[in-house]
Amino acid sequence: MSENELNSPGYDIPPELQGQVAITTLDRLYNWGRRSSVWPLMFGLACCAIEMIVSQASRYDLSRFGMEVMRPSPRQSDLLLISGTVTKKMVPLLVRLYNQMPEPKYVVAMGACASGGGPFKEGYNVVSGIDRYLPVDVYIPGCPPTPQALINGLIRLQEKIDKQSIKQVPWYRKEPIEAIPIPILGPDLIDPRKIPQIKNRKAQEG
Amino acid sequence: MTTAAPHDVPHTVQAGTPDLAARFPGLVAPDERSGYSGWIVTADHLVQVATALRDEFGYDLLSSVTGVDYLPEGKMEVVYHAFKTTGGPGICFKVQTGRDDPQVPSLVSVYPGAELQEREAWDLLGIKFTGHPDLRRILMWEGFNGHPLRKDWQEPYYEDEAKPFKSRSPEGHVYRFEDRNPFGDNVRYPEDFDPEKWTPENPEDLLYKSLKTYQAESPDGIETDHIVVNMGPQHPSTHGVFRFVVALDGEKIVNLKPVMGYLHRNHEKIGERNTYLMNMPYTDRLDYLSPMSNNFAYALTVEKLMGITPPERAEYIRVIMAELTRIANHCMCIGSLLNDLGAFFTPMIYLLEERDLILDVFEATAGSRMMVNYFRFGGVARDIPEDALEKIKGLAFERLPRILDEMDRLMSENEILRARGIGQGVLTAEDAIRYSATGPLLRGSGVPYDIRRADPYSIYDRFEFDIPVGKNGDIYDRYIIRLEEMRQSVRIIQQALKQMPEGPVMVGKPQYQFRPPVGESYGRVEGPKGELGFYIVSNGKPTPWRYHVRAPSFINLTAFGPMCVGQKVADTVAILGSIDIVLGEVDR
Repeated sequence: MSENELNSPGYDIPPELQGQVAITTLDRLYNWGRRSSVWPLMFGLACCAIEMIVSQASRYDLSRFGMEVMRPSPRQSDLLLISGTVTKKMVPLLVRLYNQMPEPKYVVAMGACASGGGPFKEGYNVVSGIDRYLPVDVYIPGCPPTPQALINGLIRLQEKIDKQSIKQVPWYRKEPIEAIPIPILGPDLIDPRKIPQIKNRKAQEG
Repeated sequence: MTTAAPHDVPHTVQAGTPDLAARFPGLVAPDERSGYSGWIVTADHLVQVATALRDEFGYDLLSSVTGVDYLPEGKMEVVYHAFKTTGGPGICFKVQTGRDDPQVPSLVSVYPGAELQEREAWDLLGIKFTGHPDLRRILMWEGFNGHPLRKDWQEPYYEDEAKPFKSRSPEGHVYRFEDRNPFGDNVRYPEDFDPEKWTPENPEDLLYKSLKTYQAESPDGIETDHIVVNMGPQHPSTHGVFRFVVALDGEKIVNLKPVMGYLHRNHEKIGERNTYLMNMPYTDRLDYLSPMSNNFAYALTVEKLMGITPPERAEYIRVIMAELTRIANHCMCIGSLLNDLGAFFTPMIYLLEERDLILDVFEATAGSRMMVNYFRFGGVARDIPEDALEKIKGLAFERLPRILDEMDRLMSENEILRARGIGQGVLTAEDAIRYSATGPLLRGSGVPYDIRRADPYSIYDRFEFDIPVGKNGDIYDRYIIRLEEMRQSVRIIQQALKQMPEGPVMVGKPQYQFRPPVGESYGRVEGPKGELGFYIVSNGKPTPWRYHVRAPSFINLTAFGPMCVGQKVADTVAILGSIDIVLGEVDR
């Protein structure tokens, strides 16, 4: 379904009803409600979190976009803003937080570290980008991104929400949504999805 | 191109410090390596010497404990820096041990402030501190393979010993680190590691065991135990990803252990591969609320090593920027403290407005709001633009004094702040010194110790300012001190603006790569959160051999547990807020 089809109902309003009746699609109404009340998880990781707080304050005022209600509990939020460096020690908790969030849920990687490791990429305790574990919807470049950049990224997320259709979204399907396996802290970080690969690495390296 | 070491002279006792070799003949020897200073103590007598330093000579504040891995000599060294809270230069003493099974007696019994720092040295360098009450890993998790700061330990994305990496420069090949790693990720496992046969141990077991203070059995045979409550790392009041675990008896806290490392981004390991100048932008990301102050400490340390001093105008710009940073940091600290107490976001919004005005100045001067990367060795990167200077004048002479009075009226008599702040989270002066607390935490307890006055650096001896000191050492005192410190910072900025001369802001040509003389250097500044120190060992190469950060937020947390014992869980949030930590600096 193209975006144009999605957002134009294809009915004309008779002249006598104009000004009293509005016709829209269910998709548009549904998405309008969701995009205007995105509740981010109140969770800061590192430097980017400070810019996230500043975006909430009076000068930049994120509430203009319906995103000012930050929830401290993952059960009540639908946006996970990864605002900072993801370390190996932290990533099991982040995956768990993501799994605890109810659908629909979105992930925004804020800043260089969350997107790909950033300046700390070579560090032994740093994950090279949260997208190795969680599906990311929007990447925001910058170190840290300015509040304007963050707001721009969140507007992109709203645009993404606008394009979703109630008929196709995964959270209304019959089959359950698989939880992401939680990484394990061993001698190094172990991704459960890679256990066969770790076991057979001799064959691969050879 | 090695320049002559500025301190390449036979070892003499630094003026104002005691001659330890005369006091402990045979047990203490002067450190006679070129470029080094201080004393080398034999490991067996460390506790004896440290006790004497504290009790006889008055070095009551153990500022920094860190280890150095001297791989070529096959030695490990633990370096201690102690100071007097009455002021004056510090003393540095060291202990050497073998690399294979390094063991050093713990100093926690003499200086309890060494507790977390010794744990860090154990975690990252594998130095065992015998007699330490709770020697566990602190930044990495239990079960992690190896001690990462050892010089022969290589990270999974290891490429070369030092930057710039030969593969990139001068040819300019660019590839992704992941493509070279067999797992396509930043991981490496021991040779014989088989994840299917491996039985995971719970890395938390040791932590919970260390919390257990008692297990009493009541007369009727029912076992009782404390309730353990975890707080963080995902908690809105922990100022980031800090976590602490409390053991409760009813509602009263009987034990509290901080757990950190959730933001450990390997600052020191990366710093030892970087050239000296490459580390400057990384220091911004330590305490990301006061980047100018971090730049200041690092620049001072390297300048001390190289023996250069910046020109006059640069000194004034540095002081102005550092004091602006202090105001911005305290704005954030007070705002979030009030947030934690329940005055949700209203004071924060007022204070963030002022902080944003200061960040505008940083953006106009350094090019970035938060990550300024502004200081250089021997000056600052560029002069303050004319319009930014006007903005600073407007802030210092007009706006900030008025706003600070307004904040005082708005908050200081606030019932929530007074009810939850007065008499809560008390830290006595003796305890504050014992736990190596610095900054507003120490001054709130009534110790007038401010490095700007006690051991002046840069040009702080030219300004008139007061050092606010608290009486009771409670949360409210720490708040009042921060408010008062902002006023004093405004005073310093006003004087600096009046005295600032014209002239260059950089000595000589900017150097991108240089080789400082062999030696060590410890530089420190009074950061907004406390004493921020850098310990650097140079072996004459363009990259530091050892690069250590003495982070005030990290060490101030040593006192967090003892302060909370006897309080309620809700108070821990307020106490933590009054210590003012930033996780980038705690975990580094």
